[in-house]
Amino acid sequence: MSQQRKMTLRLDNGICFHGESFGYESSTAGEVVFNTAMCGYPESLTDPSYAGQMLVLTYPLIGNYGVPDFCIQPNGLAQFMESERIHVKALIVSSYSGNYSHWNATESLSDWLKREHIPAITGIDTRQLTMILREHGVMTGKLLLDDDPHDVEDAQYENVNFVEQVSCKQVIRYQEGAGKKVILLDCGVKHNIIRHLLQRQVEVIRVPWDYDFNQLQADGLFLSNGPGDPNTCQAAVHNIRTFLSSRQVRPLMGICMGNQLLAKAAGAEVYKLKYGHRSHNQPVRMEGTNRCFITSQNHGYAVDQRTLPSDWKPYFTNMNDLSNEGIRHTMRPWFSVQFHPEAASGPTDTDFLFDDFVSLL
Amino acid sequence: MKLNNLKKVLVLGSGALKIGEAGEFDYSGSQALKALREEGIETVLINPNIATVQTSEGVADHIYFLPVEATFVEKVINKERPDGILLSFGGQTALNCGVELFKKGVFEKYGVEVLGTPVQAIIDTEDRELFVNRLSEIDIKTISSQACSNISQAKEAADSLGYPVILRAAYALGGLGSGFCDNEQELLQLAEKAFSFSPQVLVEKSLRGWKEIEYEVVRDRYDNCITVCNMENFDPLGIHTGESIVIAPSQTLTNAEYHKLRELAIKIIRHIGIIGECNVQYALDPNSEDYRVIEVNARLSRSSALASKATGYPLAFVAAKLGLGYGLFELKNSITKLTSAFFEPALDYVVCKMPRWDLGKFRGVDHQLGSSMKSVGEVMAIGRTFEEALQKSLRMIGQGMHGFTDNKDIHIDDIEKALRTPTDKRIFIIAKALKNGYSIERIHQLTKIDLWFLQRLQNIYDTDNALSRVDSLNRLSVELLRQAKRQGFSDFQIARALRLGKQYSMDKAVLLVRARRKQLGVVPYIKQIDTLAAEYPAQTNYLYLTYNAVASDIEPPHDNKTIVVLGSGAYRIGSSVEFDWCGVQALQTIRQNGYNGVMINYNPETVSTDYDMCDRLYFDELTFERVLDIMEAENPKGVIVSTGGQIPNNLAVKLDEQNIPILGTTARSIDNAEDRDKFSAMLDRIGVDQPEWSALTSLDDIHRFVGKVGFPVLVRPSYVLSGAAMNVCSSEAELQHFLQLAAEVSKEHPVVVSKFMVNTKEVEMDAVADKGEIIAYAISEHVEFAGVHSGDATIMFPAQKLYVETVRRIKKISGQIARELNISGPFNIQYLARDNEIKVIECNLRASRSFPFVSKVLKINLIDIATRIMLGLPVQKPHKSLFDFDYVGVKASQFSFNRLQNTDPVLGVDMSSTGEVGCIGADASSALLKAMLSVGMRVPQKSVLISAGDPKDKASMLEPARLLQSKGFQIYATKGTSSFLSAYKIPNTRVYMNDEDGGPKVLQMLHQKQIDLVVSIPKVVDTEHIDNGYKVRRAAVDLNIPLITNARLAGAFINAFCSISIDDLDILSWEELK
Repeated sequence: MSQQRKMTLRLDNGICFHGESFGYESSTAGEVVFNTAMCGYPESLTDPSYAGQMLVLTYPLIGNYGVPDFCIQPNGLAQFMESERIHVKALIVSSYSGNYSHWNATESLSDWLKREHIPAITGIDTRQLTMILREHGVMTGKLLLDDDPHDVEDAQYENVNFVEQVSCKQVIRYQEGAGKKVILLDCGVKHNIIRHLLQRQVEVIRVPWDYDFNQLQADGLFLSNGPGDPNTCQAAVHNIRTFLSSRQVRPLMGICMGNQLLAKAAGAEVYKLKYGHRSHNQPVRMEGTNRCFITSQNHGYAVDQRTLPSDWKPYFTNMNDLSNEGIRHTMRPWFSVQFHPEAASGPTDTDFLFDDFVSLL
Repeated sequence: MKLNNLKKVLVLGSGALKIGEAGEFDYSGSQALKALREEGIETVLINPNIATVQTSEGVADHIYFLPVEATFVEKVINKERPDGILLSFGGQTALNCGVELFKKGVFEKYGVEVLGTPVQAIIDTEDRELFVNRLSEIDIKTISSQACSNISQAKEAADSLGYPVILRAAYALGGLGSGFCDNEQELLQLAEKAFSFSPQVLVEKSLRGWKEIEYEVVRDRYDNCITVCNMENFDPLGIHTGESIVIAPSQTLTNAEYHKLRELAIKIIRHIGIIGECNVQYALDPNSEDYRVIEVNARLSRSSALASKATGYPLAFVAAKLGLGYGLFELKNSITKLTSAFFEPALDYVVCKMPRWDLGKFRGVDHQLGSSMKSVGEVMAIGRTFEEALQKSLRMIGQGMHGFTDNKDIHIDDIEKALRTPTDKRIFIIAKALKNGYSIERIHQLTKIDLWFLQRLQNIYDTDNALSRVDSLNRLSVELLRQAKRQGFSDFQIARALRLGKQYSMDKAVLLVRARRKQLGVVPYIKQIDTLAAEYPAQTNYLYLTYNAVASDIEPPHDNKTIVVLGSGAYRIGSSVEFDWCGVQALQTIRQNGYNGVMINYNPETVSTDYDMCDRLYFDELTFERVLDIMEAENPKGVIVSTGGQIPNNLAVKLDEQNIPILGTTARSIDNAEDRDKFSAMLDRIGVDQPEWSALTSLDDIHRFVGKVGFPVLVRPSYVLSGAAMNVCSSEAELQHFLQLAAEVSKEHPVVVSKFMVNTKEVEMDAVADKGEIIAYAISEHVEFAGVHSGDATIMFPAQKLYVETVRRIKKISGQIARELNISGPFNIQYLARDNEIKVIECNLRASRSFPFVSKVLKINLIDIATRIMLGLPVQKPHKSLFDFDYVGVKASQFSFNRLQNTDPVLGVDMSSTGEVGCIGADASSALLKAMLSVGMRVPQKSVLISAGDPKDKASMLEPARLLQSKGFQIYATKGTSSFLSAYKIPNTRVYMNDEDGGPKVLQMLHQKQIDLVVSIPKVVDTEHIDNGYKVRRAAVDLNIPLITNARLAGAFINAFCSISIDDLDILSWEELK
């Protein structure tokens, strides 16, 4: 029999799921969100967009291929991961694999989670849990060790500025002198966005989320993904608005949180979706074309298309629920998408958008 | 949008089920026809497989039971003048036929548009050299291979690549003629065989041990692409994917690997220009991200059928719509009905496909698995752990296994060797190795199976050990019980691990485990397959059960309107698409009459497991335990056990004991027909004759019985050691030999011996009765004499050569039996008839294999009538008299001996065919000719070899030989046959075996294709197989030369092609026959 300690996931509405710990043995709390991707747990766990959240994976078998060596390359980017550390608060799975098998794995998922002090629970009916989360909307919850009498504080998710927690604290420059300069507003950027830009021979100037980048000399602006509620990032919205109203028109591209911040800067509104998009299989259609793409997504807020000013148009639309998946300016080289063209994890169908952006510089 | 010039579209089917091309194409063809109908397009279908769902009323508008062969297809095109044609829904058969028609300019001539993937794209994927060139244009790596057109080129290629190499025949079904060669000798042997199937043979470097991964990719004409599913083979490269255990989605791939291969698949489908669906197979290095593309199938395939069932995404349906011109964005996800069909399913479960082999039915067959396919069917299991899915699948294949553990011990001499050379028993050899202390690392070294899979097997093994350390059911902890159930252990396995069989019967023990389990609250839950892993709400009726859950997704309504139909399980020799047809027909009648139809089945190749066919589909086991679980959840009004063949039939008594309402004929009657003693006693009581038989438990008894009835006898052991389960023995020596080698004779394992009747006709009665009164019936006749299994026999309906008195007696006896057993529903009785002397061989109180055939020839749906009776609805006796139509139906059998290396391709009392066709003609000869051509026979051009062992067979070949001679055929004959024919003044050329002095040598002539048809009839029904006849038959099969091994069938076939030419055969659709 398994030697693992018993654990319980207690949702805010009182529903409990019982399982066993396979991560760091400690209780925790957070917002409970799910993702239906069937692979890519190392990438998801290190995605800063999950800051403050307990991640439920609906694919039941997790840990199969272990975890690759966590090495940081000379340019400061992680080789296999999406940031320097795990950002989820806890991991919730149906069946943790225990043993793993893969040529580039150096440790098990369990060992990694323990090393990074991240609690995790296995043996959960993640389908049932997902249906509850889907119907209820986002919910906070606690992961508690059954034999530990100490409770933990309730999670705070609403009105917390998670971007501040995950953004870089100072300006970082990559590939100096490589070519055109791009300012990357780091709201919790995934390393694969930086990799995509670097592969296209540009210099990247990564700045903190509230940094006044308008003072920098650059050829373009890139708005990254990030966790939480876009409404907590007023400083960024303000700086973007300044960029848009600058006399010098320079290209701009945004992803996910970047899409929402750009929309807000343009004057549109953002609302919370009934069913958030959290998967690798989200279909989007490029407006006015027959071109459709499968995208990786992870967001609970969407841009309200109806509130877009007349000089902005929807760029992509979600084919399942018709929600906005991107906006673009009718005349200027500014666009952003709600999905993740950098993938990692997920499908790579839309990485041409990076080419589009770089070609505009 | 849809192309608007399409009014009539022709669909090509795949013909008879054979190894490598089976039921999956009934499913994909049916889906395509459904898509066409939805668009209001008139549909024409060519498919001689009469037992399929697609050839049923209401599926296609015009159905032709004709060979899927260029000549016939052109005739149909000429007659029907379709606007478009679909080539990719009938497997390799339809694809090859389409390419041939294209090259002949037939489509151009008649203005037929090829819908979906252009023919050039098909050719690009089928011709290896073109394929490699096309992929290298976009820098995609293929397995370096060299196309060769003769043996010496093949040898050179192998020398330059270095052994081991793999040899592939181009344009061949499921790897026919393909294989690995470790050295030159193996290469030469295989190359000769491969060249007999194909003008082009490819020699490739072997990548044995690499992972094998597949993607199912879809593209529309707007260039939008999705990959619906990826799958990983449990067995590494080297074993044909049809022979592999396959898991969906992939389990051991990282995100980078998964999406790299996905991206390549999309790049490939775009470059080749597929519109519709294709399958891309990869080899992936287990030690890096290096890959090779193995092949691309530009058509629906076995894998795409599996992927459709694994994900709920209807690939064939969507592919057909794309062929009509739609974009993916214009179609809806058919599960959610709300979201777009342009998406990629997210699974929240794991699927395990397990092949079903029937190699035990063939003596002398090579059991080793390789790059050519041998399995005859497959099952798919759904679970939320790999262990759960795998153990389910091992029960589903229906070969007496209870899961990975707790099976009857198998005897293995050399485990290490057995691990290194995979056979159909491989998974159980791994279980045995674990039991013998092999580490999974060692097993990995020997098998190259990924350690992750072996770790899961180790988990099952460890749990079984933990169970076996518990000393009573009461001491079994809820944690361990739950763990076992979550790993897919059945109650039977648990009972056996706990050794409950020592105290109780296993039937009782299983029920005790069940009761204890429910008491502890360890129960399965019902989950939905919704394609989106619960991200969006979905109304889906596609269900499975799992223990890895705490709640059910649905609660079936208890409104007394639910009828459960038990499906037929894995396709195997003796049970295939015909029972799928029966199940689907039953569901239709149930639903038409206001009831909810629920299906339980687990065969991904079937139409009955299409969730559109029923109100709820449980894709799950047909074991007593699981069926009972579902019955408890559904609380149905009744369950139908008589349309799914033997599997549901066998459950009748046990379900009845649990008070499950069985519709139609009672479980007690079923038992009275199934139990040999009870049935026999009943026949005696009502004065019906049967061949003498006895169940015997010692060799002395057997000899005493044989002394009384005389040889030949039919011997049926209840426990078979090796080889076929039944045998005819004509002499003391044969009897001794068979019983010593093949069977165990003991009190526990009695042997049934019966008098075997020679030169006797076999007659089938398929009928439906209501409370013991026959409502409708069909009497058909075998062409071959008794001794050929009814599943292998060529059957004529209506019977053509029976005495009126014989028919009268058969009707009378059938009526007596129906009354005595109080039959309500379908049944089948097999009779022997000689000179109006009638004997009953057996009686099944369920639909038989020939139900779809006789129903379609009669144009009376016997299953519809039977189902109405079982539902208690009024039925009318059909007015139509049996002989009231001016045509004849012939059912012919399809054999797959070409895939079963070394086995002797003769027919016997045990069934060996893998499929069948049914064709209809104006007379017996034209129907027979169509049917024989449909199963791969060819009319000889100039020469026929005759080799008959038995004097009676020689005599019966006299007339056919004379006919051949009068038509100008050159007759070759072996020694005895030659002198026999000469004595009757039939000119012939004697041919010689290699051990005879003189020439020409027959084997050489076969190799040089100097013989167009081989008629080789073995001396007795059963022979020692390494004789000269065997060598001739095997050579004919390996060299793809038509072979007939039965004198009666040979006579009928020769008579048919001598009396009617192919050009004179009528081209009539089913609805035109009146």
